[in-house]
Amino acid sequence: MKEKANTLYPQRKINGTVGFLLNELKPKGKIFTVFNMISLPIMLVGIVLIYIRFSQGLGAVTNLTQQVPWGLWIGFDVVTGVAFAGGAYVLAFLVYILNLKKFKPILRVTILNGFLAYLFYSGALLLDLGRPTSVINVIIGNNFGVSSVMFLVGWHFLLYMLALLLEFSPAIAEWLNAKKAHRILSAATLGAVIFGITLSVLHQSGIGALFLMAEDKIHPLWHNSYMPLMFVVSSIFGGIALVIIEGSISRKVFSSQYDESHDHKSILHGLARICAGGMFLYLVMTVLVFIHEQNAVYLSTTWGAWYLVEILGFVFVPMLLFCQSCIKPNQIVIKIAAVMTLLGILLNRMNVSIIAFRWDAAEAYVPSWQEFIVTLTIIFIEIWVFRWIVRRMPVIRKSPDWAKDKH
Amino acid sequence: MDINRRNFMKSLGFAGVALTVGKSHGAEKKPEGETEFYGMLYDSTLCMGCQNCEFTCAETHGLEEPEDEPEAGVVRKTNQNRRTVINCYETSQGEAYIKQQCMHCNIPACDTACLTQAMHKTKKAPVIWREDKCMGCRYCMISCPFDSPKFEYGSTNPKIVKCTMCADRLREGKKPACAENCPMGAITFGKRRDLIKEARKRIHDDPEYYHNHIYGEHEAGGTGWLYIAGVPMNELGFDTNIRKKSYPALTKGFIGAIAPVDILLPGALLGIYAATKSPKEEEE
Ligand code: SF4
Ligand code: SF4
Repeated sequence: MKEKANTLYPQRKINGTVGFLLNELKPKGKIFTVFNMISLPIMLVGIVLIYIRFSQGLGAVTNLTQQVPWGLWIGFDVVTGVAFAGGAYVLAFLVYILNLKKFKPILRVTILNGFLAYLFYSGALLLDLGRPTSVINVIIGNNFGVSSVMFLVGWHFLLYMLALLLEFSPAIAEWLNAKKAHRILSAATLGAVIFGITLSVLHQSGIGALFLMAEDKIHPLWHNSYMPLMFVVSSIFGGIALVIIEGSISRKVFSSQYDESHDHKSILHGLARICAGGMFLYLVMTVLVFIHEQNAVYLSTTWGAWYLVEILGFVFVPMLLFCQSCIKPNQIVIKIAAVMTLLGILLNRMNVSIIAFRWDAAEAYVPSWQEFIVTLTIIFIEIWVFRWIVRRMPVIRKSPDWAKDKH
Repeated sequence: MDINRRNFMKSLGFAGVALTVGKSHGAEKKPEGETEFYGMLYDSTLCMGCQNCEFTCAETHGLEEPEDEPEAGVVRKTNQNRRTVINCYETSQGEAYIKQQCMHCNIPACDTACLTQAMHKTKKAPVIWREDKCMGCRYCMISCPFDSPKFEYGSTNPKIVKCTMCADRLREGKKPACAENCPMGAITFGKRRDLIKEARKRIHDDPEYYHNHIYGEHEAGGTGWLYIAGVPMNELGFDTNIRKKSYPALTKGFIGAIAPVDILLPGALLGIYAATKSPKEEEE
């Protein structure tokens, strides 16, 4: 970024740019907040654990077994996290493709969220790789495993990160006051959005497809050949539910940045309606799959009860709440429904990847405390970076006047 | 085949990769019959559980020697230190021994799963693991229906460990070490087709003694290791309900759908974009 600013503004002294960036590095806002006090020690422990992981191997900090080789870091950080980050492509679709300008005020913050999520999830993925330096093989082609679902997911994932960065880049340009770059980057947005949506649909479904071959390992209630489709559909309302929650937290934390001309309520109701629709579609699909796979026999087992908790408790009930709020708008109900929806997505992804994976194994996998701390560390670092950016760049607040008429 | 494909893919450049994948390469490898694979036939009725195969395997591959013995009621497992185990089961026909290792599937799930082709089905038969390619993602372990690949969790440079059917020895024209050193002749190495014939013959000649099933002939789409025994294989710790088609076939539909979606969806999105864009805004 530094370089770019310099080439664009040769007249600006190097000192000026560096000084500006150094100044921006300083913390803004209070340091001794409750969040900081909780997150800092956890992050410190987490970093020590990450060091141990690299100096002694995965076994030193994780409880992974030969039968359950993917644990919390993949099941939560990657498989669940990607669904939570789905809001970025859904909103880009609403605003740019369907031209629903109403959602524009929350677009940037969602894109930023999505980008950071992907950045940190790929970080988590690297932690989990046994031989992380070899990840380069996938890019340089030593070799291309072109029939591998994971290869395709990986590439779509990587390219989507670039698309998200491009979608967000006008905000960076506004921050650096780089007008020429802003014009170029804004012009590229539509292309980035279109490819971003395509890449998203494919990698969201690809995450479901990863588990297709694990047919004998995942409990039949959670394994079916429609998993790719189910994963995309659930990423729509999962992503939007996160947007709702993130928005309500941001409004409290960054209240000074909000411009009250945004119709916050109508945005919220719009999002609730999308969730209700998405969840209805998902439920219909779930029922069809359930009948098609003749899964009724499992319902009387403990696994069946667990399945019903997921589907009825955390998809059906929040859907009803969203529907109710469509008829009689109520912000509290929407927020409760959004939290339940997120829990439902979490349950579903964890069930597929961990809980019902090798459900018959003699030694069950239970994540170690170290795995939890490292996961929290990654989430906290992400939130710190998010906060750093929001306080500096026009993400929630309005763009500077010179950039207004664009896009 | 491998070299050609690699050059082909390289020449496409990376943007093209994702687009052409679905069309030019299905998940399925060459169908069986085209390739004359080698294989191993294990006859449980001949095995007396002496563990010679375990010891010779450990010696050949520089692994720790086994310290425990097969015992009915105890399931020993392969792990990062041993590539094969002999187990003893109490069956309807009395005690019987069974050997376990990677099955060297004809169309292996691990090979298809592996995003760098570190897991690789060679032309002769062995499914090998290539250290210089693997990134340790353990997707092969997720996908293998027999849980064959094992991972060195205690290492900072972990390997995926499993039976390689002594691919190095085969290259030198030798038999796999276990086949050579089994004192009972319970392990036979040869062309897979011939082994199936031999297995049929043994079952045919002694139908009272053998259970009439060759495990691995069709299981998981056909495996390099073939098993015959006096009892059904589920009494010997094997899953007999396993699918008879190959596992990679399960992802074929998805892989095939990627290219069309990659190509068609952007066009559709552009169409919707054009349709929803109000003329008023264009003026603005
Ligand atoms: S048994 Fe597993 S590891 Fe061995 S070839 Fe088949 S899929 Fe691969
Ligand atoms: S762990 Fe290695 S061999 Fe197994 S799928 Fe991943 S890269 Fe391939």
